[in-house]
Amino acid sequence: MSAKAARFPKTPAAIGLTLFVVAWMTLVIILPLANVLFEAFARGVAPYLTSLAHPDAISAVKLTLLVAAIAVPLNAVFGIAAAWAITRFEFSGKGLLLSILDLPFTISPVISGLVWVLLFGAHGWFGAALQDAGIQIIFALPGLVIATILVTLPFVARELIPLMQDQGTDEEVAAVTLGANGWSLFFRVTLPNIKWALTYGVLLCTARAMGEFGAVSVVSGHIRGLTNTLPLHIEVLYNEYDSVGAFAAATLLAGLAIITLILKTFLEWRFAGELAAHRKH
Amino acid sequence: MSPTASTPATTVVPEGFKPPKVTHNTRVLPGFKLSLGLTITYLSLIVLIPLAALIARPWEHGLEAVINTVTDERVLASLKVTFGISFAAAIANLFTGLAVAWVLTRYEFPGKRILDALVDLPFALPTAVAGISLCTMYATNGWIGSLLEPLGIRVSYTPLGIFVALVFVGLPFIVRSVQPVLAEFDAEVEEAATTLGASPLQTAFRVILPALAPALLTGFSLAFARAVGEYGSVIFIAGNMPFLSEITPLLIVIKLEEFDYAGAATVALTLLSLSFLVLIVLNAAQLILSKRGQK
Repeated sequence: MSAKAARFPKTPAAIGLTLFVVAWMTLVIILPLANVLFEAFARGVAPYLTSLAHPDAISAVKLTLLVAAIAVPLNAVFGIAAAWAITRFEFSGKGLLLSILDLPFTISPVISGLVWVLLFGAHGWFGAALQDAGIQIIFALPGLVIATILVTLPFVARELIPLMQDQGTDEEVAAVTLGANGWSLFFRVTLPNIKWALTYGVLLCTARAMGEFGAVSVVSGHIRGLTNTLPLHIEVLYNEYDSVGAFAAATLLAGLAIITLILKTFLEWRFAGELAAHRKH
Repeated sequence: MSPTASTPATTVVPEGFKPPKVTHNTRVLPGFKLSLGLTITYLSLIVLIPLAALIARPWEHGLEAVINTVTDERVLASLKVTFGISFAAAIANLFTGLAVAWVLTRYEFPGKRILDALVDLPFALPTAVAGISLCTMYATNGWIGSLLEPLGIRVSYTPLGIFVALVFVGLPFIVRSVQPVLAEFDAEVEEAATTLGASPLQTAFRVILPALAPALLTGFSLAFARAVGEYGSVIFIAGNMPFLSEITPLLIVIKLEEFDYAGAATVALTLLSLSFLVLIVLNAAQLILSKRGQK
Protein backbone atom coordinates (compact mmCIF):
# COMPACT_ATOMS: atom_id res chain seq x y z
CA MET A 1 0.00 0.00 0.00
CA SER A 2 1.46 3.28 -1.01
CA ALA A 3 0.44 6.05 1.33
CA LYS A 4 0.47 9.55 -0.03
CA ALA A 5 3.75 11.20 0.85
CA ALA A 6 3.31 14.15 3.20
CA ARG A 7 4.04 17.50 1.57
CA PHE A 8 3.72 21.19 2.34
CA PRO A 9 0.11 22.37 2.24
CA LYS A 10 -0.41 24.37 -0.96
CA THR A 11 -4.09 24.84 -1.67
CA PRO A 12 -5.93 27.51 0.37
CA ALA A 13 -8.04 24.77 1.96
CA ALA A 14 -4.95 22.80 3.02
CA ILE A 15 -3.23 25.89 4.41
CA GLY A 16 -6.39 26.89 6.26
CA LEU A 17 -6.83 23.43 7.75
CA THR A 18 -3.18 23.29 8.84
CA LEU A 19 -3.43 26.71 10.49
CA PHE A 20 -6.61 25.66 12.24
CA VAL A 21 -4.98 22.50 13.59
CA VAL A 22 -1.90 24.38 14.81
CA ALA A 23 -4.15 26.94 16.52
CA TRP A 24 -6.34 24.24 18.05
CA MET A 25 -3.38 22.24 19.35
CA THR A 26 -1.96 25.45 20.82
CA LEU A 27 -5.22 26.19 22.60
CA VAL A 28 -5.98 22.68 23.83
CA ILE A 29 -2.50 21.26 24.52
CA ILE A 30 0.30 23.83 24.51
CA LEU A 31 -1.34 26.66 26.46
CA PRO A 32 -2.38 24.51 29.44
CA LEU A 33 1.20 23.22 29.61
CA ALA A 34 2.74 26.68 29.34
CA ASN A 35 0.27 27.97 31.91
CA VAL A 36 1.69 25.53 34.49
CA LEU A 37 5.13 27.14 34.20
CA PHE A 38 3.67 30.63 34.10
CA GLU A 39 1.65 30.16 37.30
CA ALA A 40 4.51 28.39 39.09
CA PHE A 41 6.86 31.33 38.51
CA ALA A 42 4.15 34.02 38.81
CA ARG A 43 5.91 35.49 41.84
CA GLY A 44 9.45 34.75 40.79
CA VAL A 45 11.95 32.00 41.34
CA ALA A 46 12.35 32.28 45.12
CA PRO A 47 8.74 31.41 46.10
CA TYR A 48 8.87 28.58 43.58
CA LEU A 49 11.94 27.06 45.22
CA THR A 50 10.61 27.70 48.72
CA SER A 51 7.42 25.73 48.03
CA LEU A 52 9.35 22.84 46.51
CA ALA A 53 11.68 22.72 49.51
CA HIS A 54 8.76 22.51 51.94
CA PRO A 55 8.87 19.25 53.97
CA ASP A 56 5.33 18.34 52.81
CA ALA A 57 6.38 18.69 49.18
CA ILE A 58 9.49 16.59 49.74
CA SER A 59 7.58 13.88 51.53
CA ALA A 60 4.99 13.90 48.71
CA VAL A 61 7.76 13.37 46.16
CA LYS A 62 9.23 10.53 48.21
CA LEU A 63 5.84 8.86 48.67
CA THR A 64 5.06 9.15 44.96
CA LEU A 65 8.38 7.50 44.09
CA LEU A 66 7.86 4.79 46.72
CA VAL A 67 4.36 3.91 45.49
CA ALA A 68 5.57 3.70 41.89
CA ALA A 69 8.62 1.68 42.95
CA ILE A 70 6.32 -0.97 44.43
CA ALA A 71 3.45 -0.92 41.94
CA VAL A 72 5.38 -0.81 38.65
CA PRO A 73 7.66 -3.85 39.16
CA LEU A 74 4.68 -5.94 40.33
CA ASN A 75 2.67 -4.98 37.26
CA ALA A 76 5.71 -5.61 35.05
CA VAL A 77 6.14 -9.15 36.39
CA PHE A 78 2.41 -9.73 36.05
CA GLY A 79 2.46 -8.33 32.51
CA ILE A 80 5.22 -10.71 31.46
CA ALA A 81 3.50 -13.70 33.06
CA ALA A 82 0.13 -12.82 31.52
CA ALA A 83 1.65 -12.23 28.08
CA TRP A 84 3.54 -15.53 28.31
CA ALA A 85 0.44 -17.50 29.30
CA ILE A 86 -1.80 -15.82 26.72
CA THR A 87 0.53 -15.84 23.70
CA ARG A 88 2.38 -19.11 24.25
CA PHE A 89 -0.42 -21.52 25.13
CA GLU A 90 -3.93 -22.38 24.07
CA PHE A 91 -6.51 -22.68 26.82
CA SER A 92 -10.21 -22.11 27.19
CA GLY A 93 -11.35 -18.81 28.65
CA LYS A 94 -8.58 -16.79 27.04
CA GLY A 95 -11.00 -14.20 25.67
CA LEU A 96 -12.51 -13.74 29.11
CA LEU A 97 -9.05 -13.34 30.63
CA LEU A 98 -8.23 -10.62 28.08
CA SER A 99 -11.47 -8.79 28.86
CA ILE A 100 -10.73 -8.87 32.60
CA LEU A 101 -7.22 -7.64 31.89
CA ASP A 102 -8.64 -4.59 30.11
CA LEU A 103 -11.20 -3.75 32.79
CA PRO A 104 -9.03 -1.25 34.71
CA PHE A 105 -8.90 0.92 31.58
CA THR A 106 -12.70 1.12 31.44
CA ILE A 107 -13.37 1.65 35.13
CA SER A 108 -13.43 5.20 36.51
CA PRO A 109 -10.35 5.86 38.67
CA VAL A 110 -12.69 6.84 41.48
CA ILE A 111 -14.27 3.38 41.35
CA SER A 112 -10.79 1.81 41.31
CA GLY A 113 -10.23 3.52 44.65
CA LEU A 114 -13.72 2.90 45.99
CA VAL A 115 -13.53 -0.89 45.66
CA TRP A 116 -10.61 -1.01 48.10
CA VAL A 117 -12.54 1.06 50.64
CA LEU A 118 -15.47 -1.36 50.26
CA LEU A 119 -13.08 -4.18 51.16
CA PHE A 120 -10.67 -2.67 53.67
CA GLY A 121 -12.28 0.58 54.87
CA ALA A 122 -13.67 1.10 58.39
CA HIS A 123 -17.02 -0.34 57.23
CA GLY A 124 -15.46 -2.62 54.64
CA TRP A 125 -15.82 -6.41 54.46
CA PHE A 126 -12.47 -6.92 56.16
CA GLY A 127 -12.45 -3.59 58.00
CA ALA A 128 -13.18 -4.93 61.49
CA ALA A 129 -10.77 -7.85 61.17
CA LEU A 130 -7.98 -5.54 60.03
CA GLN A 131 -8.66 -3.14 62.86
CA ASP A 132 -8.41 -6.00 65.38
CA ALA A 133 -5.13 -7.08 63.85
CA GLY A 134 -3.87 -3.51 63.94
CA ILE A 135 -3.31 -3.36 60.19
CA GLN A 136 -4.18 -0.20 58.32
CA ILE A 137 -4.64 -0.33 54.58
CA ILE A 138 -6.98 2.53 53.75
CA PHE A 139 -5.56 5.99 54.53
CA ALA A 140 -2.11 4.39 54.54
CA LEU A 141 0.64 3.29 52.15
CA PRO A 142 -0.80 -0.18 51.31
CA GLY A 143 -4.04 1.44 50.12
CA LEU A 144 -2.16 3.87 47.88
CA VAL A 145 -0.15 0.99 46.44
CA ILE A 146 -3.06 -1.36 45.67
CA ALA A 147 -5.15 1.44 44.17
CA THR A 148 -2.21 2.39 41.94
CA ILE A 149 -1.65 -1.26 40.98
CA LEU A 150 -5.29 -1.63 39.91
CA VAL A 151 -5.26 1.52 37.79
CA THR A 152 -1.96 0.71 36.02
CA LEU A 153 -2.41 -3.07 35.75
CA PRO A 154 -2.90 -3.42 31.96
CA PHE A 155 -0.06 -1.20 30.70
CA VAL A 156 2.78 -3.74 30.45
CA ALA A 157 0.63 -6.72 29.50
CA ARG A 158 -1.19 -4.72 26.78
CA GLU A 159 2.14 -3.75 25.26
CA LEU A 160 3.64 -7.24 25.34
CA ILE A 161 0.69 -9.37 24.20
CA PRO A 162 0.37 -8.14 20.58
CA LEU A 163 4.15 -8.13 20.14
CA MET A 164 4.68 -11.66 21.48
CA GLN A 165 1.72 -12.87 19.42
CA ASP A 166 3.40 -11.44 16.32
CA GLN A 167 6.83 -12.81 17.11
CA GLY A 168 5.56 -16.36 17.41
CA THR A 169 7.29 -19.20 19.22
CA ASP A 170 9.81 -20.51 16.67
CA GLU A 171 12.93 -19.26 18.43
CA GLU A 172 11.69 -20.39 21.82
CA VAL A 173 10.69 -23.85 20.62
CA ALA A 174 14.13 -24.17 19.02
CA ALA A 175 15.81 -23.22 22.29
CA VAL A 176 13.76 -25.75 24.24
CA THR A 177 14.49 -28.44 21.67
CA LEU A 178 18.18 -27.67 22.12
CA GLY A 179 17.76 -28.26 25.83
CA ALA A 180 17.35 -24.77 27.31
CA ASN A 181 15.57 -24.78 30.65
CA GLY A 182 12.74 -22.39 31.46
CA TRP A 183 14.68 -19.53 33.00
CA SER A 184 17.56 -19.52 30.55
CA LEU A 185 14.96 -19.65 27.78
CA PHE A 186 13.30 -16.57 29.23
CA PHE A 187 16.43 -14.56 29.94
CA ARG A 188 18.36 -15.48 26.80
CA VAL A 189 15.67 -15.76 24.14
CA THR A 190 12.39 -14.13 25.16
CA LEU A 191 13.61 -11.14 27.17
CA PRO A 192 16.03 -9.86 24.48
CA ASN A 193 13.15 -10.04 21.98
CA ILE A 194 10.70 -8.10 24.11
CA LYS A 195 13.01 -5.71 25.95
CA TRP A 196 12.00 -2.54 24.13
CA ALA A 197 8.31 -3.26 24.30
CA LEU A 198 8.77 -4.01 28.00
CA THR A 199 10.60 -0.70 28.45
CA TYR A 200 7.79 1.07 26.62
CA GLY A 201 5.12 -0.53 28.79
CA VAL A 202 7.04 0.17 31.99
CA LEU A 203 7.47 3.80 30.91
CA LEU A 204 3.73 4.33 30.41
CA CYS A 205 2.96 2.40 33.59
CA THR A 206 5.38 4.53 35.64
CA ALA A 207 4.05 7.81 34.25
CA ARG A 208 0.50 6.84 35.13
CA ALA A 209 1.49 5.45 38.54
CA MET A 210 3.16 8.72 39.53
CA GLY A 211 0.40 10.90 38.17
CA GLU A 212 -2.64 8.92 39.31
CA PHE A 213 -5.12 11.11 41.13
CA GLY A 214 -8.70 9.80 41.32
CA ALA A 215 -8.09 6.31 42.72
CA VAL A 216 -5.38 7.44 45.10
CA SER A 217 -7.47 10.39 46.27
CA VAL A 218 -10.22 8.05 47.47
CA VAL A 219 -7.94 5.82 49.57
CA SER A 220 -5.47 8.42 50.80
CA GLY A 221 -7.30 10.43 53.42
CA HIS A 222 -5.11 13.40 52.47
CA ILE A 223 -2.91 13.28 55.56
CA ARG A 224 -0.20 15.88 54.98
CA GLY A 225 3.35 14.69 54.99
CA LEU A 226 2.08 11.14 55.39
CA THR A 227 -0.35 9.91 52.73
CA ASN A 228 -0.23 12.73 50.20
CA THR A 229 1.34 11.76 46.91
CA LEU A 230 2.41 14.57 44.60
CA PRO A 231 -0.94 14.88 42.76
CA LEU A 232 -2.79 14.97 46.10
CA HIS A 233 -0.32 17.52 47.46
CA ILE A 234 -1.19 19.69 44.45
CA GLU A 235 -4.90 19.36 45.19
CA VAL A 236 -4.49 20.31 48.87
CA LEU A 237 -2.38 23.38 48.10
CA TYR A 238 -4.66 24.49 45.27
CA ASN A 239 -7.76 24.23 47.44
CA GLU A 240 -5.98 26.35 50.05
CA TYR A 241 -5.39 29.05 47.40
CA ASP A 242 -1.62 28.45 47.48
CA SER A 243 -1.43 28.77 43.71
CA VAL A 244 2.36 29.06 43.47
CA GLY A 245 2.84 26.02 45.70
CA ALA A 246 0.34 23.93 43.74
CA PHE A 247 1.81 24.88 40.37
CA ALA A 248 5.38 24.48 41.62
CA ALA A 249 4.58 20.87 42.51
CA ALA A 250 2.73 20.60 39.19
CA THR A 251 5.89 21.55 37.26
CA LEU A 252 7.53 18.39 38.61
CA LEU A 253 4.73 16.21 37.23
CA ALA A 254 4.57 18.23 34.00
CA GLY A 255 8.32 17.68 33.64
CA LEU A 256 7.75 13.99 34.17
CA ALA A 257 5.09 14.03 31.45
CA ILE A 258 7.44 15.78 29.01
CA ILE A 259 10.25 13.33 29.73
CA THR A 260 7.79 10.47 29.22
CA LEU A 261 6.71 11.89 25.85
CA ILE A 262 10.31 12.37 24.74
CA LEU A 263 11.31 8.83 25.71
CA LYS A 264 8.13 7.43 24.18
CA THR A 265 8.71 9.27 20.90
CA PHE A 266 12.35 8.15 20.89
CA LEU A 267 11.41 4.49 21.48
CA GLU A 268 8.75 4.63 18.75
CA TRP A 269 11.23 6.14 16.33
CA ARG A 270 14.26 4.00 17.14
CA PHE A 271 12.65 0.62 17.83
CA ALA A 272 9.43 0.83 15.80
CA GLY A 273 9.75 -2.78 14.67
CA GLU A 274 10.11 -4.05 18.21
CA LEU A 275 7.10 -2.24 19.65
CA ALA A 276 3.56 -3.46 19.50
CA ALA A 277 2.19 0.05 19.21
CA HIS A 278 3.37 0.28 15.63
CA ARG A 279 2.49 -3.22 14.57
CA LYS A 280 -1.23 -3.29 15.31
CA HIS A 281 -2.30 -2.01 11.92
CA MET B 1 16.71 -22.05 9.74
CA SER B 2 15.06 -24.24 7.16
CA PRO B 3 15.54 -27.97 7.62
CA THR B 4 16.04 -28.49 3.90
CA ALA B 5 19.37 -26.65 4.02
CA SER B 6 22.24 -29.01 3.46
CA THR B 7 23.66 -29.38 6.92
CA PRO B 8 26.37 -31.89 7.76
CA ALA B 9 24.95 -35.13 9.11
CA THR B 10 27.15 -35.03 12.18
CA THR B 11 25.35 -32.79 14.65
CA VAL B 12 27.17 -31.86 17.80
CA VAL B 13 25.12 -32.83 20.82
CA PRO B 14 25.78 -30.53 23.78
CA GLU B 15 26.90 -32.21 26.96
CA GLY B 16 24.07 -33.11 29.25
CA PHE B 17 21.57 -32.91 26.44
CA LYS B 18 18.39 -34.81 27.11
CA PRO B 19 15.99 -35.39 24.27
CA PRO B 20 12.68 -33.72 25.05
CA LYS B 21 10.13 -36.08 26.53
CA VAL B 22 7.46 -37.09 24.12
CA THR B 23 4.13 -36.80 25.87
CA HIS B 24 0.57 -36.39 24.80
CA ASN B 25 0.86 -32.81 25.92
CA THR B 26 1.45 -30.63 22.89
CA ARG B 27 2.76 -27.78 25.01
CA VAL B 28 6.42 -27.59 24.14
CA LEU B 29 7.25 -24.41 26.01
CA PRO B 30 7.63 -24.45 29.78
CA GLY B 31 5.91 -22.30 32.38
CA PHE B 32 2.27 -22.80 31.48
CA LYS B 33 1.10 -23.54 35.01
CA LEU B 34 3.35 -20.93 36.60
CA SER B 35 2.43 -18.07 34.26
CA LEU B 36 -1.28 -18.83 34.07
CA GLY B 37 -1.45 -19.44 37.82
CA LEU B 38 0.24 -16.14 38.54
CA THR B 39 -1.99 -14.32 36.04
CA ILE B 40 -5.23 -15.71 37.45
CA THR B 41 -4.19 -15.17 41.08
CA TYR B 42 -3.13 -11.59 40.44
CA LEU B 43 -6.24 -10.73 38.44
CA SER B 44 -8.45 -12.28 41.12
CA LEU B 45 -6.81 -10.35 43.94
CA ILE B 46 -6.52 -7.02 42.16
CA VAL B 47 -9.55 -6.96 39.88
CA LEU B 48 -12.14 -9.68 40.56
CA ILE B 49 -12.47 -9.67 44.36
CA PRO B 50 -12.67 -5.85 44.52
CA LEU B 51 -15.27 -5.88 41.73
CA ALA B 52 -17.22 -8.54 43.60
CA ALA B 53 -17.43 -6.13 46.52
CA LEU B 54 -18.68 -3.43 44.16
CA ILE B 55 -21.39 -5.73 42.82
CA ALA B 56 -22.41 -7.14 46.21
CA ARG B 57 -22.42 -4.12 48.48
CA PRO B 58 -25.18 -1.95 46.97
CA TRP B 59 -27.83 -4.47 48.06
CA GLU B 60 -27.07 -4.62 51.77
CA HIS B 61 -29.96 -2.31 52.69
CA GLY B 62 -32.33 -4.02 50.30
CA LEU B 63 -33.56 -3.39 46.79
CA GLU B 64 -35.61 -0.40 47.89
CA ALA B 65 -32.52 1.43 49.11
CA VAL B 66 -30.86 0.82 45.74
CA ILE B 67 -33.87 2.14 43.84
CA ASN B 68 -34.07 5.17 46.13
CA THR B 69 -30.40 5.98 45.56
CA VAL B 70 -30.52 5.53 41.79
CA THR B 71 -33.70 7.59 41.38
CA ASP B 72 -32.47 10.33 43.69
CA GLU B 73 -32.74 13.67 41.86
CA ARG B 74 -29.14 14.59 42.57
CA VAL B 75 -27.80 11.26 41.30
CA LEU B 76 -29.92 11.46 38.15
CA ALA B 77 -28.79 15.04 37.56
CA SER B 78 -25.15 14.03 37.93
CA LEU B 79 -25.58 11.16 35.46
CA LYS B 80 -27.16 13.55 32.99
CA VAL B 81 -24.24 15.98 33.39
CA THR B 82 -21.62 13.21 33.14
CA PHE B 83 -23.02 11.37 30.12
CA GLY B 84 -24.32 14.47 28.33
CA ILE B 85 -21.09 16.45 28.50
CA SER B 86 -18.94 13.38 27.82
CA PHE B 87 -20.98 12.81 24.66
CA ALA B 88 -20.69 16.45 23.58
CA ALA B 89 -16.92 16.47 24.20
CA ALA B 90 -16.41 13.23 22.28
CA ILE B 91 -18.42 14.65 19.35
CA ALA B 92 -16.31 17.81 19.37
CA ASN B 93 -13.16 15.68 19.42
CA LEU B 94 -14.47 13.62 16.53
CA PHE B 95 -14.22 16.66 14.23
CA THR B 96 -11.13 18.36 15.63
CA GLY B 97 -9.35 15.02 16.18
CA LEU B 98 -9.98 14.05 12.56
CA ALA B 99 -8.62 17.42 11.43
CA VAL B 100 -5.50 16.97 13.59
CA ALA B 101 -4.93 13.42 12.32
CA TRP B 102 -5.46 14.54 8.73
CA VAL B 103 -2.99 17.41 8.91
CA LEU B 104 -0.40 15.33 10.77
CA THR B 105 -0.48 12.50 8.20
CA ARG B 106 -0.97 14.48 4.99
CA TYR B 107 1.04 17.65 5.36
CA GLU B 108 4.62 18.54 6.12
CA PHE B 109 5.43 21.72 8.04
CA PRO B 110 8.02 22.91 10.56
CA GLY B 111 7.35 21.65 14.08
CA LYS B 112 5.09 18.85 12.90
CA ARG B 113 6.95 16.13 14.79
CA ILE B 114 6.73 18.06 18.04
CA LEU B 115 3.02 18.67 17.50
CA ASP B 116 2.57 14.97 16.78
CA ALA B 117 4.32 13.99 20.02
CA LEU B 118 2.29 16.56 21.97
CA VAL B 119 -0.97 14.88 20.93
CA ASP B 120 -0.22 12.33 23.66
CA LEU B 121 0.22 14.98 26.36
CA PRO B 122 -3.24 14.35 27.86
CA PHE B 123 -2.21 10.69 28.32
CA ALA B 124 1.02 11.67 30.03
CA LEU B 125 0.06 14.78 32.00
CA PRO B 126 -1.40 13.86 35.40
CA THR B 127 -5.07 14.79 35.56
CA ALA B 128 -4.67 16.99 38.65
CA VAL B 129 -2.10 19.12 36.80
CA ALA B 130 -4.38 19.47 33.78
CA GLY B 131 -7.27 20.25 36.11
CA ILE B 132 -5.68 23.17 37.96
CA SER B 133 -4.06 24.55 34.82
CA LEU B 134 -7.30 24.57 32.80
CA CYS B 135 -9.17 26.03 35.75
CA THR B 136 -6.82 29.03 36.10
CA MET B 137 -6.60 29.49 32.31
CA TYR B 138 -10.35 29.73 31.93
CA ALA B 139 -11.02 31.63 35.16
CA THR B 140 -12.19 35.22 34.63
CA ASN B 141 -8.65 36.50 35.28
CA GLY B 142 -6.90 33.75 33.29
CA TRP B 143 -5.36 33.77 29.81
CA ILE B 144 -8.48 32.61 28.00
CA GLY B 145 -11.13 33.39 30.60
CA SER B 146 -10.29 37.11 30.54
CA LEU B 147 -10.84 37.16 26.77
CA LEU B 148 -14.19 35.41 27.04
CA GLU B 149 -15.45 37.43 30.00
CA PRO B 150 -16.34 40.55 27.90
CA LEU B 151 -18.36 38.28 25.61
CA GLY B 152 -20.35 37.12 28.60
CA ILE B 153 -18.96 33.59 28.41
CA ARG B 154 -17.84 31.97 31.64
CA VAL B 155 -16.07 28.64 31.49
CA SER B 156 -14.51 27.87 34.86
CA TYR B 157 -17.02 26.77 37.51
CA THR B 158 -19.72 26.06 34.89
CA PRO B 159 -20.72 22.98 32.85
CA LEU B 160 -18.75 24.52 29.97
CA GLY B 161 -15.64 24.00 32.09
CA ILE B 162 -16.36 20.27 32.29
CA PHE B 163 -16.66 20.26 28.49
CA VAL B 164 -13.28 21.99 28.11
CA ALA B 165 -11.58 19.49 30.44
CA LEU B 166 -13.11 16.49 28.66
CA VAL B 167 -12.08 17.83 25.24
CA PHE B 168 -8.50 18.00 26.56
CA VAL B 169 -8.66 14.46 27.94
CA GLY B 170 -10.30 12.92 24.86
CA LEU B 171 -8.29 14.43 22.00
CA PRO B 172 -5.53 11.78 21.73
CA PHE B 173 -8.02 8.89 21.56
CA ILE B 174 -9.56 10.08 18.27
CA VAL B 175 -6.25 11.20 16.72
CA ARG B 176 -4.43 7.97 17.56
CA SER B 177 -7.31 5.79 16.33
CA VAL B 178 -7.62 7.55 12.99
CA GLN B 179 -3.95 8.28 12.24
CA PRO B 180 -2.80 4.75 11.30
CA VAL B 181 -5.82 4.15 9.05
CA LEU B 182 -5.30 7.48 7.35
CA ALA B 183 -1.59 6.77 6.86
CA GLU B 184 -2.29 3.42 5.23
CA PHE B 185 -5.19 4.64 3.15
CA ASP B 186 -4.45 3.80 -0.42
CA ALA B 187 -3.68 7.00 -2.30
CA GLU B 188 -4.65 5.26 -5.54
CA VAL B 189 -8.25 4.98 -4.43
CA GLU B 190 -8.33 8.71 -3.91
CA GLU B 191 -6.64 9.35 -7.24
CA ALA B 192 -9.09 7.02 -8.96
CA ALA B 193 -11.98 8.99 -7.49
CA THR B 194 -10.46 12.24 -8.70
CA THR B 195 -9.75 10.81 -12.16
CA LEU B 196 -13.36 9.68 -12.39
CA GLY B 197 -14.38 13.28 -11.84
CA ALA B 198 -15.11 13.45 -8.14
CA SER B 199 -14.61 16.83 -6.51
CA PRO B 200 -12.31 16.98 -3.47
CA LEU B 201 -15.37 17.27 -1.23
CA GLN B 202 -17.01 14.27 -2.88
CA THR B 203 -13.80 12.29 -2.45
CA ALA B 204 -13.64 13.25 1.20
CA PHE B 205 -17.24 12.40 2.04
CA ARG B 206 -17.89 9.42 -0.23
CA VAL B 207 -14.49 7.72 -0.38
CA ILE B 208 -12.33 8.63 2.60
CA LEU B 209 -14.87 9.21 5.35
CA PRO B 210 -16.61 5.81 4.97
CA ALA B 211 -13.21 4.10 5.17
CA LEU B 212 -12.37 6.03 8.33
CA ALA B 213 -15.75 5.50 9.99
CA PRO B 214 -14.84 2.38 12.02
CA ALA B 215 -11.64 4.00 13.36
CA LEU B 216 -13.53 7.20 14.17
CA LEU B 217 -16.10 5.21 16.09
CA THR B 218 -13.38 3.34 18.00
CA GLY B 219 -11.77 6.62 18.97
CA PHE B 220 -15.16 8.04 19.91
CA SER B 221 -15.90 5.06 22.21
CA LEU B 222 -12.51 5.31 23.91
CA ALA B 223 -12.80 9.07 24.42
CA PHE B 224 -16.36 8.74 25.67
CA ALA B 225 -15.54 5.92 28.11
CA ARG B 226 -12.59 7.85 29.47
CA ALA B 227 -14.67 11.02 29.83
CA VAL B 228 -17.45 9.31 31.75
CA GLY B 229 -15.05 8.13 34.44
CA GLU B 230 -12.84 11.21 34.45
CA TYR B 231 -12.30 12.87 37.81
CA GLY B 232 -9.01 14.72 38.28
CA SER B 233 -9.11 17.09 35.34
CA VAL B 234 -12.79 17.90 35.85
CA ILE B 235 -13.33 18.58 39.56
CA PHE B 236 -11.21 21.72 39.73
CA ILE B 237 -12.84 23.50 36.80
CA ALA B 238 -16.39 22.17 37.25
CA GLY B 239 -17.42 24.24 40.24
CA ASN B 240 -19.24 21.11 41.45
CA MET B 241 -22.68 22.67 41.92
CA PRO B 242 -25.21 19.94 42.68
CA PHE B 243 -27.77 19.53 39.85
CA LEU B 244 -25.71 21.77 37.56
CA SER B 245 -22.05 20.85 37.30
CA GLU B 246 -21.62 17.89 39.64
CA ILE B 247 -20.21 14.80 37.92
CA THR B 248 -21.10 11.27 39.05
CA PRO B 249 -17.55 10.26 40.10
CA LEU B 250 -17.54 13.22 42.50
CA LEU B 251 -20.88 12.13 43.92
CA ILE B 252 -19.34 8.72 44.64
CA VAL B 253 -16.54 10.42 46.58
CA ILE B 254 -19.06 12.56 48.50
CA LYS B 255 -21.11 9.52 49.51
CA LEU B 256 -17.95 7.74 50.60
CA GLU B 257 -16.91 10.69 52.74
CA GLU B 258 -20.32 10.46 54.43
CA PHE B 259 -19.50 6.78 55.15
CA ASP B 260 -22.47 5.77 52.99
CA TYR B 261 -20.64 2.76 51.52
CA ALA B 262 -23.77 1.14 50.09
CA GLY B 263 -24.82 4.41 48.47
CA ALA B 264 -21.37 4.99 46.99
CA ALA B 265 -21.29 1.43 45.65
CA THR B 266 -24.80 1.83 44.19
CA VAL B 267 -23.89 5.01 42.31
CA ALA B 268 -20.59 3.48 41.17
CA LEU B 269 -22.28 0.32 39.91
CA THR B 270 -24.88 2.42 38.08
CA LEU B 271 -22.17 4.51 36.42
CA LEU B 272 -20.21 1.41 35.46
CA SER B 273 -23.25 -0.46 34.09
CA LEU B 274 -24.39 2.53 32.05
CA SER B 275 -20.97 3.08 30.54
CA PHE B 276 -20.69 -0.63 29.68
CA LEU B 277 -24.11 -0.44 28.05
CA VAL B 278 -23.03 2.50 25.90
CA LEU B 279 -19.78 0.71 25.00
CA ILE B 280 -21.66 -2.42 23.94
CA VAL B 281 -23.93 -0.37 21.66
CA LEU B 282 -20.94 1.49 20.19
CA ASN B 283 -19.05 -1.78 19.68
CA ALA B 284 -22.02 -3.27 17.86
CA ALA B 285 -22.24 -0.19 15.66
CA GLN B 286 -18.53 -0.45 14.98
CA LEU B 287 -18.87 -4.08 13.97
CA ILE B 288 -21.64 -3.24 11.51
CA LEU B 289 -19.64 -0.34 10.08
CA SER B 290 -16.45 -2.31 9.55
CA LYS B 291 -18.40 -5.17 7.93
CA ARG B 292 -20.00 -2.71 5.55
CA GLY B 293 -16.57 -1.25 4.85
CA GLN B 294 -15.23 -4.66 3.80
CA LYS B 295 -17.87 -5.21 1.15
